[in-house]
Amino acid sequence: MAMSQISDAPRPIREPAPENAVVARNVSKHYGPVEALRDLTLEFPRGQLTSLLGPSGCGKTTLLKIIAGLLEPTSGEILVNGEQVTGPGPDRAFVFQDFALLPWANVMRNVAFGLELRGVARSEREAIAERYIRDVGLAGFEDSYPHQLSGGMRQRVGLARALSVDAQVLLMDEPFSAVDEQTRRKFQEDLLALVENENKTFIFVTHSIEEAVYVSDQIAILLPRPSRVSEIIRPSGIRGKGADNIRRDPEYLDIVDRIWASLRSYVE
Amino acid sequence: MRLFGYPLPGMSSLILWGLLWEIVGRLDLTFFLPPLTEVVSTLFAVIGTPAFLKALTETAYAFFAGVFFAVAIGIPTGILMGKSRLLDELLLPWVNMFLSAPLTALVPVLMVLFGFGMKAIIITTTLFAIWIIILNSRAGVLQINRSLVEMARSYGATPLDAFFKIYFWAALPEILGGVRIGVIRAVKGVIIGQLLISIVGFGALFELYANNFLMAHFWAVLVVLFALAFTISEFLAYLERRVSYYAAKR
Repeated sequence: MAMSQISDAPRPIREPAPENAVVARNVSKHYGPVEALRDLTLEFPRGQLTSLLGPSGCGKTTLLKIIAGLLEPTSGEILVNGEQVTGPGPDRAFVFQDFALLPWANVMRNVAFGLELRGVARSEREAIAERYIRDVGLAGFEDSYPHQLSGGMRQRVGLARALSVDAQVLLMDEPFSAVDEQTRRKFQEDLLALVENENKTFIFVTHSIEEAVYVSDQIAILLPRPSRVSEIIRPSGIRGKGADNIRRDPEYLDIVDRIWASLRSYVE
Repeated sequence: MRLFGYPLPGMSSLILWGLLWEIVGRLDLTFFLPPLTEVVSTLFAVIGTPAFLKALTETAYAFFAGVFFAVAIGIPTGILMGKSRLLDELLLPWVNMFLSAPLTALVPVLMVLFGFGMKAIIITTTLFAIWIIILNSRAGVLQINRSLVEMARSYGATPLDAFFKIYFWAALPEILGGVRIGVIRAVKGVIIGQLLISIVGFGALFELYANNFLMAHFWAVLVVLFALAFTISEFLAYLERRVSYYAAKR
């Protein structure tokens, strides 16, 4: 049986290789006296899904927002395709934990909103939005308003909005934590298909170990106070076995156990 | 409410109060209160007269101009205060002070500054309405879901986009609430302005009727004014309900 490649420390810094879509280099973030991130270095391979996993308060959302350009690092830098991030940009799209939909706009306008902000003409952006609304399985709900949709459907709207701007990097902040368990499982399966079919880089924040192992090509385990990458795990053997078989694969179970063992002491 | 099993239409209690008015009026207790029927018949007699129509146009002009400035200045100011800490610190004490201040006392000052004409009346009306509109718009912006703002930023919204596509709409239920209260205050403002500054419009009519003890006329004009204010306020409340479906879901 193929063992997963587990390295116990972050790999040494290299020049940004083209296979990495996003690189975080020596990133630190202070909120006043509180140190949220310390000297964090991490690489996100192109076309793969990297999870940021860790107990609450470990700064994983902070790191994601720094990559998005919504927060500024106190020191260090983020490189997207070798270029330094100075703010939000069209190469990254964000999926929010609480969906962040416009309550006064219907599904069509919400999905097309990213394109609307970029000045894409109405007919063009609605054609694009329509395609992604269909892709996420919301065809027929174009004229519905967010309050008429279930939590899972709302997050599908958020996902369609992020996909329709055609960014190379998708940043997902605990996207499935506000939906029910069954919907979440369906989402995870859909996400696997998405990573396979779309040539995009996914950065995925989660606090669920099972979810991280299920969907990820690479898992970065963050430990708190102050945050640093403690481990990078690449579950190489379970990819490509089909969505149905992953959860009973011995490697899947081993990795889940291993991660729990290292996180256990940080959970009060 | 139901009476003997029949549902009563809204505001049927007014019939009861109308009856009471009629009875007290017919008892001839005071010349100050003529019976309701007399007031109503006077109302219809007065409504078509040139004096009334002139008063109505003058008042409507001052009222709508005053409300227009209060809304056009108040809403952006409130939104900007909600967005900018600095502006908030600078302006909030003044807004709170003027909100509770007895503005009537300021009217003589306005008279000196802006003369005895329409200009001073419009400014009085604006001053009565604007503070609550500012305060409510500010409150509306302060409660905006942070992730909506982050969403707009992450998808590349310019500050102008964010203002017109996020802040304004997200704060709209509170803004409309503020406008509704502001408009009610503007009715006060326009009448007080007309009474104190220059004797024009309804203010002139009140003055005329009261000085000549034409109480039926006095009440008739008052009823018209109350009805107008109430109608406008109900219309705004209706608009408010139409947008409040999403107020709870933001």
